[in-house]
Amino acid sequence: MKMTGAQIIVHLLERQGISAIAGIPGGANLPIYDALARRGTIQHVLARHEQGAGFIAQGMARVSGSPQVCFATSGPGVTNILTSIADAKLDSIPVICITGQVPRAMIGTDAFQEVDTYGMSIPITKHNFLVRSASELLEVVPEAFRIAASGRPGPVLIDVPKDVQTEEAEFEAWPEPGRPGPSPDLAMADLIRAAGLINSAKRPILYLGGGIMHSGSAEAAASFAEKGSIPITMTLMGLGAIPTDHPLAIGMLGMHAAGYTNMALEECDLLIAAGVRFDDRATGRVGEFCPNARIIHIDIDPSELDKIKAAHVGIVGDVGRALSMLLPLIEASTRSEWLDRIAALKARYPLEMSNGHNLCAPYGLIRHVAGLLDDSAIVATDVGQHQMWTAQVYPLRRPRQWLTSGGLGTMGFGIPAAIGAALAEPDRVIVCFSGDGSLMMNIQELATAVEQNVNVKIVLMDNSSLGLVRQQQDLFYGRRVYASIFQRRADFVKIAEGFGMSAFDLEPDGDRKAELAQAFSRPGPCLIRVPIDPDEKVYPMVPPGAANKEMIGGKTYACAHI
Amino acid sequence: MRAPTFEKGNSPEDRKQHTVLELTVNNHPGVMSHVCGLFSRRAYNVEGILCMPTGDGSRSRIWLLVDRDRRLDQMIKQVMKLRDVIEVQSRGVDHQVFLDLEEFFRMGRIQA
Repeated sequence: MKMTGAQIIVHLLERQGISAIAGIPGGANLPIYDALARRGTIQHVLARHEQGAGFIAQGMARVSGSPQVCFATSGPGVTNILTSIADAKLDSIPVICITGQVPRAMIGTDAFQEVDTYGMSIPITKHNFLVRSASELLEVVPEAFRIAASGRPGPVLIDVPKDVQTEEAEFEAWPEPGRPGPSPDLAMADLIRAAGLINSAKRPILYLGGGIMHSGSAEAAASFAEKGSIPITMTLMGLGAIPTDHPLAIGMLGMHAAGYTNMALEECDLLIAAGVRFDDRATGRVGEFCPNARIIHIDIDPSELDKIKAAHVGIVGDVGRALSMLLPLIEASTRSEWLDRIAALKARYPLEMSNGHNLCAPYGLIRHVAGLLDDSAIVATDVGQHQMWTAQVYPLRRPRQWLTSGGLGTMGFGIPAAIGAALAEPDRVIVCFSGDGSLMMNIQELATAVEQNVNVKIVLMDNSSLGLVRQQQDLFYGRRVYASIFQRRADFVKIAEGFGMSAFDLEPDGDRKAELAQAFSRPGPCLIRVPIDPDEKVYPMVPPGAANKEMIGGKTYACAHI
Repeated sequence: MRAPTFEKGNSPEDRKQHTVLELTVNNHPGVMSHVCGLFSRRAYNVEGILCMPTGDGSRSRIWLLVDRDRRLDQMIKQVMKLRDVIEVQSRGVDHQVFLDLEEFFRMGRIQA
């Protein structure tokens, strides 16, 4: 066979099962676009900014669990897309980013739209390639897919000079598509030691993170917890691993946890950390996190063990397999004393859902939207107060239902990620909770949503502020609220309509319930703007750098014992 | 131009706190960036670095003179995750490679 580099790329992506690619064409990747057009087998989703393209690919990957692809041209195309790639790195999302580069002979000459893509992408990718010949693509592309999906997933960038795209290569046969490699073998001795700790623990807690989604082990985690009657807390990335109404679920931990969740962690004597990385937003001041607990840490990435917190038993391997192998080793137990204690803590320090029935207030709005949807819906968020409120009260009940930017906390994530989710799962409703600050960081993707006619409902909580910044200034900077209020209100309904999207304005005096129901009853994209009191805060809140028991808001948590 | 010196980083006292990591890596452009970038972004000090191709030139060996502190295990695990790193071995600080180099720099300084 004889083909150009660009044709080889398109064929290899097809062979990987890629059916849609988000991107933006430009001078340095036009040969790939030409090959894509001529071949006509893969749908191209034209984003309006490369960051949007990266997040659309992320949305597809987060929902499907398989690596997804985005394209950008050299120079500004690359610098624009890097934020979404860094975001994928922090949340371990398998994304393949293929970028155009200036021709080989011009690399290093400060050519037009040249940046050091390879150098800039090293710290924010799992791995990256600068392809030096068309034939090299036959090895690099499958290898990129293998790397992205193996072990702890992550983004891989492939930088392809324009003359490599047009160069012809002769080859005998197609390589096998890149598939995830086997996960490491589990050490039985470690599992036995872990089971010993679990069986002798009086007050264990299972701490689940995003690794549960990546390994597809929600069921294994539930069986494990149920056999030992072990309460379960989830990180922001772990939400959906266990239904929030599961009798053993004690909610999200950390900075905006319900009081009882953090207080239970204070008292636990064994923390079983599965697919988590002890992120500072989850642990608070790490020296005081779970002060009385021994730690079992299970992760497929060996460098996560002992990184933040030393584990008494560290298990490297697939978290689902580890939990399944632990299941026969642990004793069935009711742990009624501990569960009673948790119930008492919950009664004493519940999540105080103020205005839980008021449609004009965040919790009421979120709960009401949830009431209009069933478990098949996908919930995306942007970053800020609306994200934390949604994490606190949306009844998430299944893995991959929840799309949020956890590690990098990228405002502007929501809409393009929701578009990607809708492209991957066209039969589902996607609701995207956003704020006005976040929305404006990738507002141009409203055009993409309309063009693709995706079933995305954007619920915009509009407080004309950078709410979480304002909250911190109110609480920790002497109420000097500065540079966090938008002096001029934008008319988001008009903006959405300008993009051709239907829009609803839920003013407090209108029939909000009826309008919401109407918005959700029609297929296709829409924006629902809801004015929110700018003084609304996310409570409880652990001040940055403080221990998790030092929560602000609601009740005093100074004393752990009732 | 001032000749580089090892006085600060490689005095007998300092040397006790150091160790030598020996990495076998694929020899292609970019590998050094991956290794050096990893150490700098994880805020881990590298006192000395040496790199030479080995055998037929498809592989290289990198020697790193690094701090021997509680984060060393973590750094080794991070280095082992790099795709182009084939093997990592922890050598003692008295590994010949830096001792010889020290001698080379000392001679260089005398000539200067």
